[in-house]
Amino acid sequence: MSDAITSVLILLGGVFGVLGAVGLLRMPDVLIRMHASTKIGTLACGLIVIAAAVHFGSADITIRAVAILLFLLLTAPIAAHMIGRAAVSTGVALWNTRQPPSTTPRPKETR
Amino acid sequence: MSTFGNNILLALAWVFLTGSVTLGGLLSGFVIGYGALWLIQPLTGSSQYFRRVIAWIKLVVLFLYELALSSLEVARDILTPGQTARPAIIEVPLDVQTDAGILLVTNLISLTPGTLSLDVSDDRKTLLVHAMFADDPEALRATLKSGMERWVIDAVEGT
Repeated sequence: MSDAITSVLILLGGVFGVLGAVGLLRMPDVLIRMHASTKIGTLACGLIVIAAAVHFGSADITIRAVAILLFLLLTAPIAAHMIGRAAVSTGVALWNTRQPPSTTPRPKETR
Repeated sequence: MSTFGNNILLALAWVFLTGSVTLGGLLSGFVIGYGALWLIQPLTGSSQYFRRVIAWIKLVVLFLYELALSSLEVARDILTPGQTARPAIIEVPLDVQTDAGILLVTNLISLTPGTLSLDVSDDRKTLLVHAMFADDPEALRATLKSGMERWVIDAVEGT
């Protein structure tokens, strides 16, 4: 039973990982690419870490898996946030938007 | 906070007394301690704690659900030929005040469908969000405020 759960989780994680990589290649602009890498990357890593926890099933591995998940959830969005913020404040144009550039809010450079 | 400390102590006591130092043991100890503390509430005076634990659980469950949903949505956009995205950058007013609350809201927004937080203004009143499907900025703003931000306020600032 736990073997089946492990295999399904690892397969799903792998599939999402591949999808995220394809997304990085296919997406049209920097910000949309960040969408692909943040969400799908987090989910793929999370699924594989959970699979490891289920497979070993011992307390120490589970605690480590939970810690990895927490750090992943904390750091991945922050990295995306920094890259996206840098892109927007240097004035990268949005792809296929209906928003005229003059009304697009941009972060103000403070430092 | 002290109620939370008591609950942790009860969970630890449960683990040591039952002799099974596992995550499951700790969890069941926490649940039983929560029930016990809830029962003696008339003696200790009521506390925000009980509602906030529920709010935290709700936050975590809804968040995992949204993460899975958003990954499927982005995956669909990757796999189907052509691009349907219609991005825009919108400003969302922020009601959370604490640093932890803002961190949670921005992280949750980044990890949920079609939105990526970009910047918090210096006065901490507005959040810049990049949205992938922003045909209706008003509706998007309303969902962010009544969804993610509401849950975080319930869990962190608990009023």
